[in-house]
Amino acid sequence: MSGDRLPGWRDLPRGGVILEAGNAREYETGEWRSTIRPKWKPDKCIHCLFCWVYCPDAAIRVENGKMTGIDYRYCKGCGICSKECPVKGKAIEMVPESEATS
Amino acid sequence: MSNKVALTGNEAVAYAMRQIDPDVVAAYPITPQTDIVQAFSQFVADGKVKTEFVTVESEHSAMSATVGASAAGARAMTATSSQGLALMWEILYITSSLRLPIVMPVVNRALSAPINIHCDHSDTMGARDAGWIQLYSENAQEAYDNTLQALRIAEHPDVLLPVMVCQDGFITSHALENLVVEDDEFVREWAGPYKPDMALLDLDKPMTIGALDLQDFYFEHKRSEIEAMNNAGRVIRAVGEEYGRKTGRTYGFLEPYRLDDAEIAIVVLSSTAGTARPVVDALRADGIKAGLLKPRMFRPFPAAEIARALEGRKAVAVMDRAEAFSGMGGPLFPEIRSALYDTEKKPIMVNYVFGLGGRNTGTRDIKRVYDELALVAKTGRYDRLVTYLGVRE
Amino acid sequence: MANLKELSAKPEALGCGHRLCAGCGAAPVVRQILMASDKPVVIANATGCLEVSTTIFPYTAWNVPWMHNAFENAAATLSGIEAAYNSLKRQGRYDKEVNFVAFGGDGGTYDIGLQSLSGAMERGHDLVYVCYDNGAYMNTGIQRSSATPLGADTTTSPAGEVIPGKRGGRKDLTEIMIAHGIPYAAQVSPAHWNDLITKAKKAFDVKGPAFINALASCNRGWRHDPSDTIAVTRLGVETCFWPLYEVENGKVRVTYKPRDKKPVVEFLKAQGRFRHLFKPENKHLLDEIQAEVDRKWEDLLRREAQAAAGPA
Repeated sequence: MSGDRLPGWRDLPRGGVILEAGNAREYETGEWRSTIRPKWKPDKCIHCLFCWVYCPDAAIRVENGKMTGIDYRYCKGCGICSKECPVKGKAIEMVPESEATS
Repeated sequence: MSNKVALTGNEAVAYAMRQIDPDVVAAYPITPQTDIVQAFSQFVADGKVKTEFVTVESEHSAMSATVGASAAGARAMTATSSQGLALMWEILYITSSLRLPIVMPVVNRALSAPINIHCDHSDTMGARDAGWIQLYSENAQEAYDNTLQALRIAEHPDVLLPVMVCQDGFITSHALENLVVEDDEFVREWAGPYKPDMALLDLDKPMTIGALDLQDFYFEHKRSEIEAMNNAGRVIRAVGEEYGRKTGRTYGFLEPYRLDDAEIAIVVLSSTAGTARPVVDALRADGIKAGLLKPRMFRPFPAAEIARALEGRKAVAVMDRAEAFSGMGGPLFPEIRSALYDTEKKPIMVNYVFGLGGRNTGTRDIKRVYDELALVAKTGRYDRLVTYLGVRE
Repeated sequence: MANLKELSAKPEALGCGHRLCAGCGAAPVVRQILMASDKPVVIANATGCLEVSTTIFPYTAWNVPWMHNAFENAAATLSGIEAAYNSLKRQGRYDKEVNFVAFGGDGGTYDIGLQSLSGAMERGHDLVYVCYDNGAYMNTGIQRSSATPLGADTTTSPAGEVIPGKRGGRKDLTEIMIAHGIPYAAQVSPAHWNDLITKAKKAFDVKGPAFINALASCNRGWRHDPSDTIAVTRLGVETCFWPLYEVENGKVRVTYKPRDKKPVVEFLKAQGRFRHLFKPENKHLLDEIQAEVDRKWEDLLRREAQAAAGPA
């Protein structure tokens, strides 16, 4: 929405309501990360899903009960996932943001 | 089929509420409104209404719960007075900006301090900027009729704003009067089923209500609400005319009395208009061209209509049953004066603040106002802009 | 036993793109609570971090019906919503099954929201009220609330030259709720997700009002690294600062007993807001805090034993 001309009062839904559920997905909070990001090491992962249940941003991707990756569009880089990973040697490691390949 | 009954103002409003049979009523007692919630409680206990009745623990919660119920998609009402209205103040603004069509009878009572349970208009006047439509009822008949009309006004798609239906505490609320009530079938049809186009309980269209606006959106949301209030006058007139066609009792914005050729006139809300009419008649019998204007609708403010009604008079006294602490008298006075600002033939205008805390204002007091007005009209000047009518010096 | 694999298949009620801080402790509380509902939810949210950060117009992170009214009235607002639901259902105009849940921070619940919460609990509405307790008015920049622990540094109870942080202990809101005689009340921690989700399910399923108090770390106000949110919360439980217990129809059950009860300083020293308490002149405060934690813990264990023993 930023950058485009904002809607006039006639175009806004009545009473200030927001009708499009979950449209905050358009706001990619992944841009908040500046220094570090989590790096997932799939071969070490035991798919306990602890990272998923603790992530404040629901940025851990899970499919059919198995972790499939991290959604960097929304991950804020807090590091909880890495800290809580129970695997010896960690299946998620915090690395510099500059290491991002995608 | 209508019916002649004898009811107090509170009973008349409770009667209307029973006939409306709202989905939810949240209620908290406060003098002089308490009879309304008591009567309604009895209707609930006797199975005369289908209403879910929520006996909340404060007026702030009464309005909050009513807002929740209305946002959920139900027809919801509450009622209050004075301190109760004051306590719900922040939620009043939220109600109107969320565009919830809540009808709330308010039995006018003075605001503390000192604590006083009697009539004046400081409570609803204090809420005049809250975005609620305000209708003032002179007597039990009007309180009943206004409650029914308020529902159709509030729920009109061009409005969708909450409505306060006001009546004077004790004077109207507790006085037994003869009035005509419509039958239950008429009200059922008049109200119609409540089918909001947006409801929180609609799980297929999950909505977010009450979001945070930053500087980039608040103004537009407010402008949209302003438009609704701007539309309200037109709807209030149309509803009043439809009501008139169906019941024989037509309502508009204002009720003039012998005003057409009046040289001196009083503007006053609510029950005091009833006290003033025999004074007007007595003056007229003496050949004095006295008149009266009773606004029924205060929000939105019928500026153009008031200007048309008062233009050309020699002197006008605006009577305020509340004080605005501006140094310029009560709240009605500046609004009415402002309405006349652009007219060619402006009357001289003065303000009388009266009846605070239930101070009785009778025909002798009204006569005094007209006598002083006559002098103003004759001399072309006034001694005092604001007079406190009946206060002991 | 909460099954994470099953739960991970459910759609998220609170989606991505919200603007709560990185590492916010309230977010996992909300996600875990809502995972436990097997019916659609309708939410009322008090003013505060959660409300403000998830609904900045024109964006909402909520995928479910959600309403914010004002600061102190989440419980009253939800009471009205629930009353509307009952009314419409009774009239045959609505046929869905819904779980009603209110969220409020400790500011909006212990303090300004206490009255409307009490009213809702007393009236017996079928709803769940969840307090995410981070021990201060965090959204306005870390001011003390009645939930702020003894000695904590906040901007309105700063650790100064003369006064070492918050005076007086915390209000025990969970006990106040229990005193209302509601069918279910519990304390939870998002670090103990199984316990939390199990309790949340009970709260949703019970007929009548339920109250859940969740320890929610705020890394800004508590002053720890964002990555330590869950770890610090866990310490709160392991030190018995925040006992995990539930009260079902008056019967107390301590649902988690730490194998090795850690001294409360383990919890305190992990947070910058208590740093000044480690000055030698403040040792008496550390002792006071430990004494109070112990007293409450012993009291809970005693009440649990009494409940288990049955009526006298």
